[in-house]
Amino acid sequence: MKFTLSWLKEHLDTEASIVEIADSLTMLGIEIEEVVDRSEGLEDFVVAEVLEATQHPNADRLRLCKVNFGEGVTEVVCGAPNAVAGMRAVFAQAGMYIPGIDVTLKKASIRGVESNGMLLSEDEMGIGSDHSGIIELPADTPVGVRAIDVMGLSDPVFDVGVTPNRGDCLGVRGIARDLAAAGLGTLKPLDLSPVPGEFKSPIDVVLDFPEGKEDACPYFVGRYIRGVKNGESPQWVKDRLVAIGLRPISALVDVTNLLTVGLCRPLHVFDADKVRGNIRPRLARKGEALYALDGKIYEPDEEMTVIADDEEPEALGGVIGAERTGCGEDTLNVFIESAYFDPIRTATTGRKLNLQTDARFRFERGIDPSFLVDAVEIATRLIRDWCGGEASELVIAGSEPDWRREITLRPERIAGLGGVDVPRAEIERILTALGCGVEADGDVLKVMVAPWRNDIVGEPCLVEEVIRVYGYDNIPVVPMELGATLPHPALSGEQRRRVDVRRILASRGMIEAVTLSFMPSGQAGLFGEVPQSIRLANPISSDLDVMRPSILPNLIAAAGRNADRGLSEAALFELGPQYAGDKPDDQMMVASGLRSGRSGPRDWAGPPRSVEVFDAKADALAALAGAGAPVDKLQVVDNAPGWYHPGRSGSLCLGPKTVLAWFGEIHPRVLKALGVKGPMVGFEVFLDRVPKAKRRKSATKVFLELSPFQPVERDFAFVVDARVPAADVLKAARSADTRLISDVRVFDVFEGGSLDAGKKSLAINVVLQPTQKTLTDAEIEAVAKQIVARVEKATGGTLRA
Amino acid sequence: MDDLASLRSELIGAAEAAADMNAIEELRITALGKKGRITQMMKGLGAMDPAQRKDAGAALNKLKNEVSAVLEERKSVLAEAAIDAKLMEEKVDVTLPVRPEREGRIHPISQTIDEVVAIFGEMGFTVAEGPDIEDDWHNFTALNIPPEHPARQEHDTFYLPGSGDNGGDQRMVLRTHTSPVQIRTMQKTQPPVRIICPGRTYRCDSDATHSPMFHQVEGLVIDKTTHMGHLKGCLIDFCRAYFGVDDLPVRFRPSYFPFTEPSAEVDIGCTREGGQFRIGHGDDWLEILGSGMVNPAVLENCGIDSTVYQGFAFGVGLERIAMLKYGIPDLRTFFESDLRWLRHYGFKALDVPSMVGGLNR
Repeated sequence: MKFTLSWLKEHLDTEASIVEIADSLTMLGIEIEEVVDRSEGLEDFVVAEVLEATQHPNADRLRLCKVNFGEGVTEVVCGAPNAVAGMRAVFAQAGMYIPGIDVTLKKASIRGVESNGMLLSEDEMGIGSDHSGIIELPADTPVGVRAIDVMGLSDPVFDVGVTPNRGDCLGVRGIARDLAAAGLGTLKPLDLSPVPGEFKSPIDVVLDFPEGKEDACPYFVGRYIRGVKNGESPQWVKDRLVAIGLRPISALVDVTNLLTVGLCRPLHVFDADKVRGNIRPRLARKGEALYALDGKIYEPDEEMTVIADDEEPEALGGVIGAERTGCGEDTLNVFIESAYFDPIRTATTGRKLNLQTDARFRFERGIDPSFLVDAVEIATRLIRDWCGGEASELVIAGSEPDWRREITLRPERIAGLGGVDVPRAEIERILTALGCGVEADGDVLKVMVAPWRNDIVGEPCLVEEVIRVYGYDNIPVVPMELGATLPHPALSGEQRRRVDVRRILASRGMIEAVTLSFMPSGQAGLFGEVPQSIRLANPISSDLDVMRPSILPNLIAAAGRNADRGLSEAALFELGPQYAGDKPDDQMMVASGLRSGRSGPRDWAGPPRSVEVFDAKADALAALAGAGAPVDKLQVVDNAPGWYHPGRSGSLCLGPKTVLAWFGEIHPRVLKALGVKGPMVGFEVFLDRVPKAKRRKSATKVFLELSPFQPVERDFAFVVDARVPAADVLKAARSADTRLISDVRVFDVFEGGSLDAGKKSLAINVVLQPTQKTLTDAEIEAVAKQIVARVEKATGGTLRA
Repeated sequence: MDDLASLRSELIGAAEAAADMNAIEELRITALGKKGRITQMMKGLGAMDPAQRKDAGAALNKLKNEVSAVLEERKSVLAEAAIDAKLMEEKVDVTLPVRPEREGRIHPISQTIDEVVAIFGEMGFTVAEGPDIEDDWHNFTALNIPPEHPARQEHDTFYLPGSGDNGGDQRMVLRTHTSPVQIRTMQKTQPPVRIICPGRTYRCDSDATHSPMFHQVEGLVIDKTTHMGHLKGCLIDFCRAYFGVDDLPVRFRPSYFPFTEPSAEVDIGCTREGGQFRIGHGDDWLEILGSGMVNPAVLENCGIDSTVYQGFAFGVGLERIAMLKYGIPDLRTFFESDLRWLRHYGFKALDVPSMVGGLNR
C-alpha cells in the first residue's frame, strides 16, 4: 500500500517528520517497505521558458534554444523535436548532475555553438522512461521555481505492508487514525455533508439473490448523476495517483481510485446510458461471461456475485467492472455503485478466476459496512466539482449488515496478558482514538468495536490494540521462570540417540547431508513401493514430485553430482524422515549413509581400495551401536531389498521379524538408472525400530570382574563348503564353552590353491579367558577338541591338517 | 712383578683399543682363555712357595678382574655404538605426510538445531516432534486459519491426494510450519506446556531466497501466568545467547498471525556499515522471528480452557538464523550436498553445542 505525505496530511494534522512517521508506523505494526523521496537529486532543476527555438547552423537534428530560467537568459543546444518557443520546460544549468544519464553537465561547444545547460526529458530526470522529447509543463507554470514543486515530486511516498487483519489500513485514513491514536497528530474530520438529490434516479437497484445467499451483497447504495463532462482530473489528483504507481485515466475513473486508496472504499462508476434497465446484483448464471476492464474475458460460476443490468453482468462484485459500461470521454450520465460484498465470496471469486485487483484486495479483508452512504456523498461532491452534473436522490437497496459488536474488557487483562500496566484513562483514550465506543461498567469496560475493525473479535484483540498503541517497547522484560534451579533434559531418549548417531557417523569420517524430502517419481520406484498417497498434487517441478520412500537415492544423486565436479570419493550420510504413506506412522526416522569410489586418495603408504560392502556394514553397526541397539545380539542375514547387490548385501536383524538395518553394495542397475558411476555402498538404519532403552532406576553399571589369570589363544583352520557362512563357524566355536571362550575372530579366509573346488579355508583365533585358575595343557586340549567337534558338526567342515 | 705391570698395560691398552666384538673376544681368549696368558701364569702359581704364591696370586687375580672389567666395558661401548649405527640406518623421512584420514562433518542445520535446543533446554523447554505430512485441520483449522482466510493463501501449500480412509476425499498437506506439532502436543498434554518443535517445513516456492523445504523451530509456553513480558524475556535471552552478542538490541513490533493475539514480530540490531553486514548495535534492524500470545481459539481447539490458561508461541527459520550467524550466503546451498560446501560450513563431530561449553567457538 502506497501513499504520499500530503495525502496522509489530508487526514492527519501533524508536524511530525517523515522519520517520525515511519518509526511510529513500524511500532504500530504497519511495516515500512520503503519511503521514497522522489525529489532527491532533482532539487536544483528549475522551470524555464523557451523564448526562441531555431535550427542549429551545423546540425540537422539539433536546435538552439534561448531560455529564460528566472535568474537570467541563456542559450542551450537541444536535440528534442518538441522544443518550441513559448513552452515551459525543466532546465538544468551547466555544473549540475543529471541522474537519469549519470552525467555532470559541462559548458560545452556542440557543433560549434556554446551550450550552457540542458532541457530535460523524464528519462534524464530519472522519473520515467519517456525520452521522446523534453518535459512540457503547463503553460501557466511560473518560471524560475523548482521543477519538483510544480511536478508533484516533492511529496515523499510511503510504501507500507499491511497485515491481512488490517483491511482498514488499506486506506490512507485508517493509517492516519492509527498515527493519531499513537499521538502523532490529530485525525481531521471528514466532510460527510449530504448532497441533496435533485431528481429520482432513473436506474433502480434490485438485489436478486436466492434465499440464504442474500449476504453475498446485502447492501447497495447508488446514485445517478446526469450531465457530467468527463475529462482529466485536477493536477493534484493526477500527481497523487502517479506517485503511488497508478495511471490517471479520467476524472470519473480517478474518483474511484482516490476513494479506494484514500478511504479504503472501492466504488464503481457505470456509464448510465449503457446500462440496460436496472442494476441487478445477483449470482452469475451458467454460461455468462464478463468482458472486463482489463481486456480479458471471465466466466463467473454460479457462486460468484455479479452486478448485472437487465441483460447481462456488467461487473464482478467487488472485483472488476465490464468494459462495455465503463466511463469514457463521451460519458454524459453516470451511476455510482457503493456496495458491500461478502469477503469470503469475493476472495473465492478472485482466487478461482486468478484475478487480483485493488477492489478485491480490500473487499476480501472486509470494508467498513457503515460507510456506503458517506462514500457516495464524497464521490458525488468530487464528480460535481470536477465534471459538473446534477445528482439524483440516493438509491438504497438492502440494509447495512449488522456489524455492532460489544466486547467486555477487564482492564487488568492488559497487564495479565499484555505484560504492562496501562492506566485506565489511557486504555479508554486509545480505544476511543481507534474509533471504538468505550463505556465503563463497574470494573470493566464495555467496548463497541469500530465498524471498520472486523478483526477485533475478543478481549485479547482489545489487549493487543491497547499495548500496540501504548508501545511494545514499554512492556517490561521479564525472564522466564523455571520453577527449579536445574532444567530437565530437553531431549527424550530417542532424540538423544539421534544426536549420538549423527556425531558417531561424522566421527567415522562421514559428512552429513540434508537433502530434500522429495525426489523424482521415476527414481523412487527403484527404492520400493510408491503409494499414490505420497505423490504431490502440486509439485514444484517434475523431478520433485513424490515424497522419498528412501533417503539413499538422494544421497546417490548427491554423490553423483559431486563426482561430476571431480570429487568421486564421497562418504555422505543423512539422518531424516522417509515416507511409506501419508499417515503419521508411515513416516520413519532413518539414518542412511553412502560411500563411493575408493577408500581414500592414493598414498605413499599404500594404495586405496574400492569401497566395499564391509564398509557399509561397519557404518551400519556403528550407527546401531550409537542408537543403543544390542549389537552383539544382532543376526546378519544375507538378503536385502532389490536396490542392493544381491550377492553383496545383507540385513541386520533383531529376531526373525525386526530388521534394524540394510547394508550393501548398491545394485549396478540402480546406479545406471540414476546415471551415476559406482562402486557405491550404502546402509539404511531404521532408528524407530531400535528397542527403547529400558528406564533404569540407577546409573550404576554391572560390577566388573577382572580375571587375574592369563588368557590363552589358539588358532584353528577349517575347510568348509564355500557356501557356509563364517557366522556359523564362529557361532559353533563359541558354543564349545561359552564361559571360557571370551572372543572368536576370523583371521584368514581363502579359496583355491590346494583346496578342492567349492571349498574354502576359514581360520579362526579363539581366546580362552579362565577366571578361577590358570588352565592346564589338558584343559586347553579338551576345549580345543570341543571347538573342532562343534564346528565340524555344525558346518560339515574338517580341521585342516 | 715387572712382567705383570707390563702385561697389564699391554692387555688394558689392547682392550681399550679393540675395534669390534671379534677383537674383544680374541683378546679375552689371549688373556683369559684356557691357554690365555693370565690363565697360564695362574697355573704357574702352584710351583711357587706359599708366601710367594699368596702375593702373586692376589696380584694375578686383580689383574684378571681388571682386564675382564675393561673388556666388558669396551664391549658395552661397542654394543651401544652398534645400536646407534643400526638406528641411523633405520632413519625415515618424517616429513612424509601421514596416512590419509577422513574428517566427518555435521550439517549446519543439525548444528543449529543442537544450539537452539541447548539454549531453550536451559529455560526448561523440551523437544516435541510430529509428522511432516499433516491433515488440513492440524496445519490450518486448529490454528485459527479457516479455509477462506487470506493468510491461508499466503502459505503456498503442497498438497497430497489423501488416501481415502481419512474421511472421504480429504487431501493431506506438507506442513507449512511446525505449528501442528504444538497442536498435537496440546491435544495430548495438559498444561503447563513448554516445548520447542524443530523440524522440516514445506512451501511451494523456489527462488534465491526460498526453498521448497526448509527448517523451523517453533516454541510454545502454556500456563496460567505467562504474558508478553515473559515472551520478550525469553526471546531476548534466546537471540543474545544464539548470536553470542550480550547486548544485542532486540525489538518487538506488532504484527499479525491468525494463531496469536497479540502478535509480535522480532527484529535484531544490525549494521551494514562499510558494506559489511554485522549483527549487533547499528543503525538497522533485521526481522528474524514471529511470536505472540496464543489465540484463545487455538487453545479451545485443542481442548484447553482459555479462560484459565494462556501463553506464547514463536517460530524461527533455522536456515535464516544459521545464515546470519555463520555468514552463509545462499539458502539453496543447504540442500545441494556439495562436499566442498559441507566441509567448509559443516561442524566437527565433537563440536557439541552446550551452554556449559559455550555455543560459539
